[in-house]
Amino acid sequence: MFKIRHETIEKNAILLLVLTVITVAIGGIVEIVPLFTIETTVEPVKGVRPYSPLELAGRNIYVREGCYLCHSQQIRTLKDEVERYGHYSLAAESMYDRPFQWGSKRIGPDLARVGGRYSSDWHYAHLRHPQALVPESLMPSYAFLAATRLNYDLIERHMSVQRTLGVPYTDEEIANARQDLLAQANAQDDQDAVVKRYPKAVAVPGQPGFPTEMDALVAYLQVLGTMVDFADIAVEKLQQ
Amino acid sequence: MAEAVLAPASPAISYNDEVIKKFTIASVFWGIVAMTVGVYIATELCWPAFNLGLSFLNFGRLRPVHTSAAIFAFGGNALFATSFYVVQRTCRARLAGPEALHDFLFWGYNFFIVMAALSYVMGYSRGQEYSEPEWHITVFLVVVWVLYAAVFIATLLKRAEPHIYVANWFYLAFILTVAVLVLVNNAALPVSPFAGKSYVVYSGVQNAMVQWWYGHNAVGFFLTAAFLGMMYYFIPKQAGRPVYSYRLSVVHFWSLIFLYMWAGPHHLHYTSLPDWTQTLGMAFSIMLWMPSWGGMINGLMTLSGAWDKLRTDPALRFSVTAVGFYGMSTFEGPVMSIREVNSLAHYTDWVIGHVHSGALGWVAFITFGAIYYMVPALWRRSGLYSNKLVAWHYWIATLGIVFYISAMWVAGIMQGLMWRAYDQFGFLQYSFSEAVSAVHPYYVIRLLGGLMFLTGMLMMTYNLIQTVRSPSTQRREAALPAGLAVAGE
Repeated sequence: MFKIRHETIEKNAILLLVLTVITVAIGGIVEIVPLFTIETTVEPVKGVRPYSPLELAGRNIYVREGCYLCHSQQIRTLKDEVERYGHYSLAAESMYDRPFQWGSKRIGPDLARVGGRYSSDWHYAHLRHPQALVPESLMPSYAFLAATRLNYDLIERHMSVQRTLGVPYTDEEIANARQDLLAQANAQDDQDAVVKRYPKAVAVPGQPGFPTEMDALVAYLQVLGTMVDFADIAVEKLQQ
Repeated sequence: MAEAVLAPASPAISYNDEVIKKFTIASVFWGIVAMTVGVYIATELCWPAFNLGLSFLNFGRLRPVHTSAAIFAFGGNALFATSFYVVQRTCRARLAGPEALHDFLFWGYNFFIVMAALSYVMGYSRGQEYSEPEWHITVFLVVVWVLYAAVFIATLLKRAEPHIYVANWFYLAFILTVAVLVLVNNAALPVSPFAGKSYVVYSGVQNAMVQWWYGHNAVGFFLTAAFLGMMYYFIPKQAGRPVYSYRLSVVHFWSLIFLYMWAGPHHLHYTSLPDWTQTLGMAFSIMLWMPSWGGMINGLMTLSGAWDKLRTDPALRFSVTAVGFYGMSTFEGPVMSIREVNSLAHYTDWVIGHVHSGALGWVAFITFGAIYYMVPALWRRSGLYSNKLVAWHYWIATLGIVFYISAMWVAGIMQGLMWRAYDQFGFLQYSFSEAVSAVHPYYVIRLLGGLMFLTGMLMMTYNLIQTVRSPSTQRREAALPAGLAVAGE
């Protein structure tokens, strides 16, 4: 019978190298490639839209501060989780998330559907001093976000780079990015244009002309999990 | 394979030990940094006032400093040091390339670490665990890593030994696979050439899958395969025995590197990832138990006939206990990857406990064993300054791990049970914050365990400095030509 001696491999560095690369490549190829080709991996759901400029800026602060290290954004298909946090997360709900923020640890609660659960005022107070509202909380104070002006110099670039990667931002949305951002950060402003482009966007009560990082973060938190209206969807459509 | 190690040394080859010394010092230094930051963030989780309201001291920014310092700085420098130590000696060849290149690897890799750590505290992060550095830092890392691979492979190619020793297979697989993982997981578009911000090319589900394929294999190749390379060289040397089974090491190597790459999806049970991928990840995670234990058996059985050395050589105790912890964590891991177990364990501190039984018990202990062995050899001393201090280090560190992981087991299982508990009326019994306050005592015990481990690390540092400096450790015989005194080690 045909017999390969291992000696052949361990006497030839290049052969060892090539066989190693082939061996380690197989698992990833089988598991990852189909996720891009099988259409049912992400089933389209009505309501999911790209983030508004202010929400996107807020999301980037969420990522930067490492919020994902204590908060997941993924409600698992388990009874207690659905009762505690709401409908389990759908693949489509994170289809525009770069990076995904599903998280791996819950030092704090899941945030996948935190949007609309609390008022924006609650979020401002909580981010400044979490223990004032939740005495048991282990969360650090994020008061410094309220004192930092939001840097949105490159907001159009952020949106067009995402468009290159497949997020369907329109020319109109990119052209109006600054206007929309400033309007959403100031609840006194007229929100019609923002809400028309970004349904369910929540205007936050920031100071006019001085959008802070906290304004952006709160706008992001307030949209989490609210895009999909579950009353609209038939149950059988959600079965995996 | 064992003959390769035990073969008599042939004419003088002068190894490049200078660069190994540098990597060893850096590993010890970063070990202290990683553990100090770990202790600090553990304190923040006990008493959040320790965040001090300062952005750069917040848990969210320091936690990546802790993980990167432990994995990539402490572990990474130890892997550079030992891989260069092992590859030169088992190939009987001087490290390929000019010394300036080796020095560049040292300074380049450590520059990467400093830049990464600074970027986290200053508020730059890709937001993917264990893969946080932004694109410009990663580009620099890729340059360093490609050169590292080139030096390692070129050394293998110019070897004087006919066989490539088993430890080098593992080091080679680690270097190649980490390169593939980093390149795929970091594929991103920068917002601007001057902005430290990029968007990863994958989104949502695909991003999650690629990330945990990366994340789990950072464990599998950075923290496992490479340190197994360490095990396959240093345990036989310390015990003075050949590797137990050549055949087992062949099976161990190929099955381990094949199976590990499939295990990632067990981080994503019950999520929006398709079921078929989750099931595949779980099945392969359970299969992975076998090669893991094959490796453990191979390591432990190498001590056959030399078990008595555990009494006299406390450094060997570290290496052997490491293999024990390796066996324990690689049993616990497959158990936790089972869907139903994972539904309880995921998102809880049980995972943190599991990670630390691997990181402290396996990675750090096997590294301590190797460093205690290498330092007298590299600095040409007759032995360590104090074996008694090594024994103290051993016990305080072991006890620290036990405190740490048992506290995290209890805390994790309690969290999992409290989150899913229903009262007699069919309502969820506990609010989230009740579970937060319930784990407080265990967080304090964890902090204590971490402090003990850090204390041991400081004892080791003192012992190593004294080994190099104290007149009580004699210089080795200078009768052998340069390099050979160490080659006979």
